[in-house]
Amino acid sequence: MTPIIELKNIFYEYVGEENTLALNDLSYQIFEGEWVAIIGHNGSGKSTQAKIINGLLEAKSGEVFIEGERLSVENVWDLRAKVGMVFQNPDNQFVGSTVEDDVAFGLENHGIPREEMLIRVENALREVRMEEFKTKEPARLSGGQKQRVAIAGIVALSPSIIILDEATSMLDPEGRNEVISTIQKIKREKNLTVLSITHDIDEAANADRILVMKQGRLVDEGTPEQIFSKGEQLVELGLELPFAERLKLALKQRGVPVPSEYMSEERLVEFWISNLKK
Amino acid sequence: MMDKLILGRFIPGDSVIHRLDPRAKLIATFYFIMIIFLANNAITYGILTIFTLLAIFLSGLSFSFFLKGVRPMLFLILFTVLLQIFFTTGGKELFAIGPLKITEFGLVNAGFIFMRFVLIIFISTLMTLSTTPLSLSDALESILSPLNAIKFPVHEISLMLSIALRFVPTLMDETEKIMNAQRARGVDFSEGSLIQKMKAVVPLLIPLFVSSFKRAEDLSDAMEARGYQGGEGRTRYRKLDWAKRDSISIGAMALLTLFLFLFRR
Repeated sequence: MTPIIELKNIFYEYVGEENTLALNDLSYQIFEGEWVAIIGHNGSGKSTQAKIINGLLEAKSGEVFIEGERLSVENVWDLRAKVGMVFQNPDNQFVGSTVEDDVAFGLENHGIPREEMLIRVENALREVRMEEFKTKEPARLSGGQKQRVAIAGIVALSPSIIILDEATSMLDPEGRNEVISTIQKIKREKNLTVLSITHDIDEAANADRILVMKQGRLVDEGTPEQIFSKGEQLVELGLELPFAERLKLALKQRGVPVPSEYMSEERLVEFWISNLKK
Repeated sequence: MMDKLILGRFIPGDSVIHRLDPRAKLIATFYFIMIIFLANNAITYGILTIFTLLAIFLSGLSFSFFLKGVRPMLFLILFTVLLQIFFTTGGKELFAIGPLKITEFGLVNAGFIFMRFVLIIFISTLMTLSTTPLSLSDALESILSPLNAIKFPVHEISLMLSIALRFVPTLMDETEKIMNAQRARGVDFSEGSLIQKMKAVVPLLIPLFVSSFKRAEDLSDAMEARGYQGGEGRTRYRKLDWAKRDSISIGAMALLTLFLFLFRR
């Protein structure tokens, strides 16, 4: 099976910051239909590698493959059409003056005829449950709603990969849940591959696989269970622990015996109930 | 500060004027401003006034908006009118203080100039009040599109315009936030001498510039990520529909011109 995204030995340094590699020999593979979370502390190169995947930045050396094709200057626009990206700041990625204009922006760029655009915009807005906001201006929407419009703009283009570049980091908890559940629904319906770059450890816990980055390198990789069971090692990387892990740690400090493997909140509750019954 | 500025604001409504094609409104407004110079006597000015009042009536907008539109220009109007009164010679001399003479012609001319100002302001206020900024920029692109032939970047200009319009509320919010944040740290924006006031603006302007550039960078990334490569091969989502009423409005302008030619001296 060929991976849908493959990075091979990517090196990258920012202009004016020679000798400090933002990405240092980064390689990984992502397969079709996966939800992969990339976590790491500030400045670990998470966002940089996302921009390299859709060609917004050019790597100093190394190769990017999307659906088996090597990303190059000639095919960057074709491959970019397969990758939809939701950025961090909901305000700054809103191009259109109204919701429908913004969703149509990508379609206009691809030269889609107007009759088809009308249908696609309508469908995409229904998909993210924003159809009643169709004619509203961005200033009247909440952050979570703006991000849902950004998602609709991508859904309208029907890409095969969605990259969330810290898409929920500027939202309140409610907006965050809205956005995550919207993505989960769309991923299920369209069999998308999701690459989510995040600080939010609870968001990462939803992923199929987690990649941990530190100073431009991939330092760890595994299922959420594998990653989170490393507990204190993650804290050393400057990352937070998911709530269930923090609870386990706090219990341990108070002398309560807890299992060492990672547990989701549900499983922790189950474990607790079965313990009480004894 | 923002409430005083009536020009460039849009008041939603559903009148005949609101529903006109923005191209028709734009053309008619500019045309009206040109033919206003054809008027040179009481009858022609009367016709223009009736026409303007009729248009205002049709728009269903409150007349006070239009008076507010005149207010910022009041100084200029009074200044010009006074100059006209005192420095136009000819006709019967009515009144004299030293070298300043008030003549019949002077009074008449001043009255015409006054009418000219007010009518121009009324009609352009009518256009901005009844048209969303976005459809104005659409109209501009459509009207300018013949200029593509001489390699004038029509698409780029209209994209610039619509992005600028889209960011006006965002930047206003931001300005407000920065002002409040600086106030919380002791900056006083309204007190002190002129120089002190100007200095107080620095902690507002610098962050605003920095964040605008940051926003521009983010926006250009987001645009590129969604496949923006410039105007070529692009289709348009917004469509302007030229209806019968638009042709009628242009016809009304032609009729107006005819009347002006008939009745001018």
